[in-house]
Amino acid sequence: MTVTVEKARTGKPRTANRAGRPHAAWALPGVLFFTFFAVVPMALALYLSFTSWDGLADPKPVGLDNWKKLLDDPRMTQSLWLTVVLTFASWAFQTVVALLLGVWAAGRQRNRAILSAVFFVPFLLSSTAIAILFYALLDPNFGIIQKDTLGSQSGAFLAIVFVGGWQFIPFHTLIYQGGARQIPDVLYQAAAIDGAGRYRQFFSITLPQLRHTITTSTVLMVVGSLTYFETVLILTKGGPGTDTAILPYLMYEAGFKTYDFGYASAIASFLVIAATGLSLVLVRLTGFGAMRSTREGM
Amino acid sequence: MESSRGQVTGGGTGGRPFSRRWFLGAGSASLLTAGLGTGLTACGSGGGAGGDGKTITAFVYGDDAVKVQQAGVDRFNKSAAAKKAGGTVKLQKVPGSDYSPKLRTAMGSPSAPDVFFNWGGGSIKPYEEAGKLVDLTDIIEGDPVLKDGFLPSVLASGDLGGRHYGIPMRGMQPVILFYNKAVFTEHKLQPPTTWDQLLDINAKLKKAKITPFALGGSDIWPELMWLEYLVDRIGGPEVFKRIQDGDAEGWGDPAVLKAAELVKELIDDGAFGSKFTSVSYVNGGAPAVFARGKAAMHLMGSWEYSTQLGKFPDFAKTNLGWAAFPTVEGGTGDVRNVVGNPTNYWSINARTKNKDLAVGFLKDCASKEYAQALIDNGDVPTTSNAADLLASSPNPEYAKFQYDMVEKAPAFTLSWDQALGDGLGTKMHTEIGKLFAGQSSPSEFVTACKGLK
Repeated sequence: MTVTVEKARTGKPRTANRAGRPHAAWALPGVLFFTFFAVVPMALALYLSFTSWDGLADPKPVGLDNWKKLLDDPRMTQSLWLTVVLTFASWAFQTVVALLLGVWAAGRQRNRAILSAVFFVPFLLSSTAIAILFYALLDPNFGIIQKDTLGSQSGAFLAIVFVGGWQFIPFHTLIYQGGARQIPDVLYQAAAIDGAGRYRQFFSITLPQLRHTITTSTVLMVVGSLTYFETVLILTKGGPGTDTAILPYLMYEAGFKTYDFGYASAIASFLVIAATGLSLVLVRLTGFGAMRSTREGM
Repeated sequence: MESSRGQVTGGGTGGRPFSRRWFLGAGSASLLTAGLGTGLTACGSGGGAGGDGKTITAFVYGDDAVKVQQAGVDRFNKSAAAKKAGGTVKLQKVPGSDYSPKLRTAMGSPSAPDVFFNWGGGSIKPYEEAGKLVDLTDIIEGDPVLKDGFLPSVLASGDLGGRHYGIPMRGMQPVILFYNKAVFTEHKLQPPTTWDQLLDINAKLKKAKITPFALGGSDIWPELMWLEYLVDRIGGPEVFKRIQDGDAEGWGDPAVLKAAELVKELIDDGAFGSKFTSVSYVNGGAPAVFARGKAAMHLMGSWEYSTQLGKFPDFAKTNLGWAAFPTVEGGTGDVRNVVGNPTNYWSINARTKNKDLAVGFLKDCASKEYAQALIDNGDVPTTSNAADLLASSPNPEYAKFQYDMVEKAPAFTLSWDQALGDGLGTKMHTEIGKLFAGQSSPSEFVTACKGLK
């Protein structure tokens, strides 16, 4: 995402704009951190994906074997499908709720501020703590819902989507709240004069004005869903059977349960490529990269 | 932290001062692994023995039973043997669920343990292949304490290719059919000795709205226990032996299919209730269902007793019953055969800097004191002196049952996942999980297992 944005900017250099900007050296600490903690590990993972390594002996080069396996593995196909469904379901659930909550919370009454703060609490908890909490609540014999929730595919899937939403909706609500507060009041005033009602105002002003906010939030959700892991590990361990074994879980299993680090690295590399590709596509399709203001013509 | 402080002053290494740069370089690495002292951190946290201060590290599975190992380490560190070898042992307790991955990653790093807990057999095969294990065969053969200290069958169960790589260090862990005496008495039932009786009991229990068996299905390994016993009872221990020895076609043995079909019948019949795929053993779900009488029986390792004693002491003391797994009509397996873990083992890392100290520490596991500590914890040691100690167990009757069960068993099959090792074991778990969750049929299960590699 960032890359594209910078590219778009550097594409048309304007000397005037450079004046007040910091020197390139200011980016050095960030670049160094990113190199050591992201680029280097990613390169190592990519290298490992062309080897066979059990974590003990030296990695043995195996060429494209792991990548071929990736294409042939029926579990990979299932995982990919599950990941896509999970991503879409999470996106739909979180976007609808967060958008409505965010727009509502953008009002300026005092109670809303307090409620917004309360809504935000789940996001402050660690994913692991949340997953353990819900695992206990969903216990089929001693929990509050004494059903076989996590023992059926639909139940386990809904639980994962719900728990993920419970955790991340507050964050996206905050983004939407910020976005909604940026919308100039004059637009609503003008609409009111023209006789537009609440719903008309929402669909004709709020939603279009939040276009870029939706893109930002969506990219974060999609990329987040692709790396969604702790909740699945704790709630379902990919089960029942392999019904919720999404890609990050499959990667964990290949690496830290079967000790096939080469294959795990291939899955990890695939995830990086897919996530980068997806966010680029999203940014491109929505015109976000062009950085046009939503307030054109204002 | 203690040991890294030692490095700055150099106190633990005979007063040799270390420069600040050295500390920043090597110290930052060892900070992560503080106290794992393999060479890098050559100083004892407790000041070391005689100022020489060699400390070796032992990784152990950190559950309730770890207090026995802690006591053993404390006793050994004060012993003459430790003084003679010039060092001490430090115990690193790793939480159970993290044990295997943590060991695996540590073994490839500079902070590898000198001595580590394992399940013998397939669980250490990759380590043996990577040349990371000390072959203990000659050491054991040449030492009367070790040679005669353990039950030979248990010692042999941890072997690889006829060579010893481990020393038994925990209690026996046969899988036992536990039952709730109160429920059985109330419904006038006897523990089953044949499969037909078991089905009959199931029918009666279901009529009384009691789930016949507790099962922690979300952990998968409790499901595995059913297949292990059924395959043994139907086809004998040779069936799995063939698979363990690397012949994947062994999964095609009719006994495996038959066992999977019996399991499927049990599931469809509601023998495990309708929610078992989301019940866990590890978090206490299945033991609680069993102790509270919601389920009448529980097929589980011998540690079920200490688990229940910890969580539901009244139930463990008065209403917990135990029996052998029943025979299956037409099966060729001996009813005395046992599956489970013979015990756990200590193995020595080939890269250790103080092998004498490590071997000395392993010898302590054959001592009477060590065996007594296991007994006091409710375990049954695998030492040759165990029979004499059984009477002092908190539950002598249960200890005797377990001891006889293992002692008289014509065959003791190591848990399949441990025997196959992590790689294959995990893939087998996946297939078992699918079978129990109804995602694959018995014949699909067999086909899938044949394809595992």
